[in-house]
Amino acid sequence: MNVWDWSFAAQILPALLDGLRITLIATVLGSLIAFVLGLVLAILGRGPTPVRIVVRAIVEFIRSTPLLVQVYFLFFVLPTFGVVLPALTVGVLALGVHYATYTSEVYRAGIDAVPRGQWEATTALSLPRMRVWTGVVLPQAIPRVLPALGNYVISMFKETPLLIGIGVYDIVGQVREVGGQSFRYVEAYTLAGLLFLLLSYPASLAVRRLERRSAVPR
Amino acid sequence: MPSLDKTVAEPMIVFDGVEKRFGDNVVLSELSFTVAPGEHVCLIGPSGSGKTTILRLLMTLEKCDGGTISVAGQSLSHMTHNGRRVPADEKHVRDVRKRIGMVFQQFNLFPNMTVRGNLIEAPTRVLGMSKDEANARATELLDLVGLGDRIDSHPTQLSGGQQQRVAIARALAMRPDVLLLDEVTSALDPELVAGVLKLLRDIGSSTDITFLCVTHEMGFARDFSDRVMMFDGGRVIEDAAPEKLFTAPEHERTQAFLHAVVDR
Repeated sequence: MNVWDWSFAAQILPALLDGLRITLIATVLGSLIAFVLGLVLAILGRGPTPVRIVVRAIVEFIRSTPLLVQVYFLFFVLPTFGVVLPALTVGVLALGVHYATYTSEVYRAGIDAVPRGQWEATTALSLPRMRVWTGVVLPQAIPRVLPALGNYVISMFKETPLLIGIGVYDIVGQVREVGGQSFRYVEAYTLAGLLFLLLSYPASLAVRRLERRSAVPR
Repeated sequence: MPSLDKTVAEPMIVFDGVEKRFGDNVVLSELSFTVAPGEHVCLIGPSGSGKTTILRLLMTLEKCDGGTISVAGQSLSHMTHNGRRVPADEKHVRDVRKRIGMVFQQFNLFPNMTVRGNLIEAPTRVLGMSKDEANARATELLDLVGLGDRIDSHPTQLSGGQQQRVAIARALAMRPDVLLLDEVTSALDPELVAGVLKLLRDIGSSTDITFLCVTHEMGFARDFSDRVMMFDGGRVIEDAAPEKLFTAPEHERTQAFLHAVVDR
């Protein structure tokens, strides 16, 4: 028996690409949640002390527990409260919320890096609170943290296989499926690895370009 | 003394028994003084004597620990509500603060906006000016500060002196009654200082804005101000017309300070 069978590889490729589609959907939607929720957490984290303490506690709690546990928790515990969501939705939520706690730290660092003089100038001009964020602080903070956010998207992409646990058949889920049916694992796992590499590597090159660009002295 | 007849009107700025501490460090204690409308007052003295803190308190960048500060008869910390004196709410502070403009040592222009953006931001968002009106005003002010051709530049493309001119124009765009200048030439290359000071002299003589400036430029303090206040250890130790303070200072500390900074 050959170690590598080209025709088998070609035969399973469509199933793998279908899995890849799920992986990408989970990554893109999860990232959107992580970007938006993380920003909200970062801004609330600069609010009045009680708000700050609550936000801090939530962020620390989520960051200190494994993503897999959170995925299981949402999938098996939410229904007991009458909330029944499709597995993919639960997966996207879990990824998004989990990574939001990381992106909130990234945003926080970016916001802290905006010089105090910028805030003082907004006070001297009496700019409204909302406009201070949308017009002055975030446009300066976000470009600086884009590379770090990009890195989290790549790690999220590589963590989607965790969702197999709740029956979301991403690319690795498909590999296990076809592997289980045929008892041939070499082609499936190799192709899955290659597909991950094919997407992650260019993405990390893009992030590195972003890093170089934002390192240019302003 | 030109300041005397100006003080007849209601003062523009009143500090009454103002206290400011940073931790155990008392920066200002029992500080009281007034500034008349249109008066130009320079604050001089050694670093750490509390001069900049005075400007920062007026701009509400710091909160005072005691006493009251008023601008045009309105307290920054209290307001009258149903005939009672109550702590000021945000709207009240905003309304009082709108009358005050500030120019910073480090310019603090918004680097994510063009020069035009910097100039029209507050007039459109805070004063509710139309874009067209704010743009016209921006053009006019840039001409005034000699940068009419740089309206679409980004702050980072300008020299320090040019950035500070834009910052001055940005403060003027809000039509302030009071302009606070916090060591506005300290961060500039020496050759750019004179131009910015000349601009400020021109603005001072062509408007009725009340100026409160912290400066280490004694020549500027001397010919720009109606009154100079010498600070040391959080207190006014001498308050006099510039002719008097620079030629015949009464206080020993003032003499020593002027000796050190003027006769370098």
